[in-house]
Amino acid sequence: MKKFTRVAAGLLAVALAATMAAGCSKQGSGSKDSDKFYIGGIGPTTGGAAVYGNAVKNAAQIAVDEINEAGGINGYKIEYKFEDDEHNAEKSVNAYNSLKDWGMQILMGTVTTDPCKAVVAESGNDNMFQLTPSASSTDVIKGKNVFQVCFTDPNQGTASAKYIGEHKLASKVAVIYDSSDVYSSGIYENFAAEAKNQGFEIATAQTFTSDAKSEFSVQVKACVDSGADLIFLPIYYQEASLIIKEANDEGAKVTFFGCDGLDGLLSVDGFDKKLAEGVMLLTPFSADSTEERTAAFVKNYKEKYNDTPNQFAADAYDAIYIIKAAIEKADVKPSQSVSEIGDALEKAITELTYEGITGKGMTWSESGEVNKDPMAVVIKNGVYVSAE
Amino acid sequence: MKSKKINIKKSTLTTLITIAGIIVAYIIMNTLSNGGFLSYKMQGLLVPICAYAILAVSLNLVVGLLGELSLGHAGFLYVGAYTGAIFTNITADMISNDLVRFILGMVVGGVFAAIFGLIIGSAVLKLQGDYLAIVTLAFGEIIRSVLGNVLYISKDSSGLHFDVNDGSTLNPQDMIAKGAQGITVQRLSTFLIGIILLILTVLIVMNLSDSRAGRAIKAVRDNKIATEAVGISVSKYRLMAFTISAALAGVAGVYYAHNFATLTGTKFDFNFSINILVMVVLGGMGNIPGSIIAAIILTILPEEIRFLGNYRMVIYAVVLIVMMIFSWNPKCIEFRKVVSAKIKSVFKKKNKEVQ
Amino acid sequence: MSFISNIIDGINLGSIYAIIALGYTMVYGIAKMLNFAHGDVIMIGGYVLYEIIQGLGYHPLLAIFLSMLVCTVLGVVIERVAYKPLRGATSLAVLITAIGVSYLLQNVAQLIFTSNPKNFDSGIDFGTISLAGGDLKIKGSTILTIVVSAAIVVGLLIFIKKSKTGRAMLAVSEDKDAARLMGVDVNKTIAITFAIGSALAAIASFFMLTAMPNLTPTTGSMPGIKAFVAAVFGGIGSIPGAFVGGILLGIIESLSKKYISTTLANAIVFLVLIIVLIFKPTGLFGKKIKEKV
Repeated sequence: MKKFTRVAAGLLAVALAATMAAGCSKQGSGSKDSDKFYIGGIGPTTGGAAVYGNAVKNAAQIAVDEINEAGGINGYKIEYKFEDDEHNAEKSVNAYNSLKDWGMQILMGTVTTDPCKAVVAESGNDNMFQLTPSASSTDVIKGKNVFQVCFTDPNQGTASAKYIGEHKLASKVAVIYDSSDVYSSGIYENFAAEAKNQGFEIATAQTFTSDAKSEFSVQVKACVDSGADLIFLPIYYQEASLIIKEANDEGAKVTFFGCDGLDGLLSVDGFDKKLAEGVMLLTPFSADSTEERTAAFVKNYKEKYNDTPNQFAADAYDAIYIIKAAIEKADVKPSQSVSEIGDALEKAITELTYEGITGKGMTWSESGEVNKDPMAVVIKNGVYVSAE
Repeated sequence: MKSKKINIKKSTLTTLITIAGIIVAYIIMNTLSNGGFLSYKMQGLLVPICAYAILAVSLNLVVGLLGELSLGHAGFLYVGAYTGAIFTNITADMISNDLVRFILGMVVGGVFAAIFGLIIGSAVLKLQGDYLAIVTLAFGEIIRSVLGNVLYISKDSSGLHFDVNDGSTLNPQDMIAKGAQGITVQRLSTFLIGIILLILTVLIVMNLSDSRAGRAIKAVRDNKIATEAVGISVSKYRLMAFTISAALAGVAGVYYAHNFATLTGTKFDFNFSINILVMVVLGGMGNIPGSIIAAIILTILPEEIRFLGNYRMVIYAVVLIVMMIFSWNPKCIEFRKVVSAKIKSVFKKKNKEVQ
Repeated sequence: MSFISNIIDGINLGSIYAIIALGYTMVYGIAKMLNFAHGDVIMIGGYVLYEIIQGLGYHPLLAIFLSMLVCTVLGVVIERVAYKPLRGATSLAVLITAIGVSYLLQNVAQLIFTSNPKNFDSGIDFGTISLAGGDLKIKGSTILTIVVSAAIVVGLLIFIKKSKTGRAMLAVSEDKDAARLMGVDVNKTIAITFAIGSALAAIASFFMLTAMPNLTPTTGSMPGIKAFVAAVFGGIGSIPGAFVGGILLGIIESLSKKYISTTLANAIVFLVLIIVLIFKPTGLFGKKIKEKV
């Protein structure tokens, strides 16, 4: 046994030396082309949150391909690489460092909020321009180098409460939210705070966690028992589809109201779309839109990835084009340093007005927050219709 | 064979070699890093590697020396990380020296984790094997659910306030710990601090394993009843190993947490504990240097195979299975013995020829 | 009435845990290993069901049969390739290997079926029974789940007591070497145990997805861990123990969701487990560990 330990130790030492050596290449020494922009992306492409990361990865790829085919940005092509972070802050920082070794100059990411917070601390040190498609907490835009494509959580929570209050949709509202999720609990807190000003009562707030998001009979029953006439769902579409089905099985007569996370509801595999009739959501993007660019993007995405793009995909598609617009405005060159590009783009994006598939006339404040109008839609005959 | 002449105990020698190895590794990595020869990725991995190495060594105390399976190491780590991060947050305006605050934070984290280690240790005194494993697993999940979901803490001029529902009773401006949204943490961890912690951990664990207490712990592992029969208090030593292991994990947690700007509970799940356990098993149960080396490899490996894209985790799983079979299959062990014996005999011949 | 309906929900959930826990407990009893990949076999079974029922449009019964077939083959292959080479090695090594297999299955499933969640719908309308003047509604699927899981337990107990293979399983679990001397083919017996456990996983998969229709590559992990807890709860290695443990766990979970906190339901389940183990260190039906000097 002792011999074995020694042999094993020897083997381990060899493996150690090999891995160490692998890590010893010089910083940022990847074969960099000085006439290309290196744009990196980070998000979960494996693990429980993989569906969001893959949507962003794929949609950004479509945008990059389109831009490169059309001749690039000011004649410079884009080099694009996406790294997995498994929805884990530690892995996200590792992904960020890997991309830096690859030569990343601009970061489109990260997809989820918590890892984004960790990466923002790193990218702030490098003053690297960072545009997150979907990390919606206000914490992520604390650095001056970070901007968002999506709404912030407070914005969505408050806007939802205002909409429900102003349109007198309900007097008693029940909420089901994911208490283990940053996005969901963030929206809920702001929704609850604003509800007090809007003259409706939160009859019950039910929670679930990421460990138990397949079965909602208890929560739905509690909502029904509370006598609420509207259930607010600041959650993602997959769980929402199960809640709506459960409520239907219970025979509940309630309206459902959600935020941008609910977009994608109509394309859940195996979900009976008829149940979604009458569901209202505040979302800037609709995959069923007939608007030309959106329709082209959706068609492209379906052809390439055999799937309907969701909110995350649309945000990522816009993100790449926003980066393009900012580069054109600032007229930066790939030969400039990361920090120089960062300074220029941070200034340019605040002067920009961008027409995207997730909003018209998008502008950015210096804080990094996007200004665009949430659109309230209601699902009728299997498509989104403006609720106004 | 010098060791025999100077008459240093073999275990002391191993300790010295291990620590010398750590210091040499530190000097090499630091030189490379300062000279700009280290990739950003490796630089970023230095702190996590130290944290994982400490975790693996501390878990080895329970798994290797005590011979008990613990599946809840992430729980102790999280307790330490959480309390430590709360401490450095609330004392931010009281203690201006970052290093002092960080060290005190680690002490706080270590103490809290030790308290939980003591509680769990006493709860599982009567349990054995897989039953003990399941209790540690359950403990880890409970900690994660409570700290990482429903606990809200805020601080204002009148002191600390707690809420265990949705934080609506607290003022959002003063909130430190926000349930699932976690704690925003100041970045204080450095590679040097990690190396010092690792050396301290190695010293504590190796000394313990060689002390009277350590021999008793090993005796408990090898034969509990015989140990009890010669009058050694099994419970006392089991408890001691549990508590020290938890305290070290807590300190490592504080160190780990202060390397990232955010601390949430989602990642300290069952899988996290398993990863640490894999390091211990791969490095050899009871083998401290082995644990450190395994921690380094298993932290770097998934990063080095990033080019595989989504196949990465598949490959990682296959490598894990193959490594386990290679190191534990009776036939593989036999095969290795034969090979190493052959190598030995070749060396022996050479030696004879030289003489 | 809502209390009673809550209890029934709990029994439904518990029956599902029980079927999964049977797989854990049988394998543990015979191979003395914790098969952490069991939850992921359930997930694979779920994808087979989904693809056949909703993808190809075949009858659910056929799908269940094929899913059982796939899971059985998968279980036996896993045992042959990953666990058999480690027979005789420390249980920790086997545990880590099982976890490796679990990672492997999850990630292969993601590559094949993508990470997009699927909503399972068996297409069968089980109906609802109204009792007490409509105050108490019980889903047909709930009754079926409970009946099937009870039938499985009874069937297994009879199988082990009466059949030759069953008695061989008992012998192997008591003493592997003695069983070998008595002419029992140990490897074959262990393989059969894995086959049965995995076939049960496919059945569990159907009922689990009927009650919780969310299918992703990680669907199996939490129910897997819970069922493992249930098996320990009842005394690992004991078949009636796994059943009772599963049911109790389901009821505790359902009640704490309803009356205490949905967020903390898991924590409460685990807390109850710890308390039970402190007072009954080998679970409810576990054998006393004999200590030999």
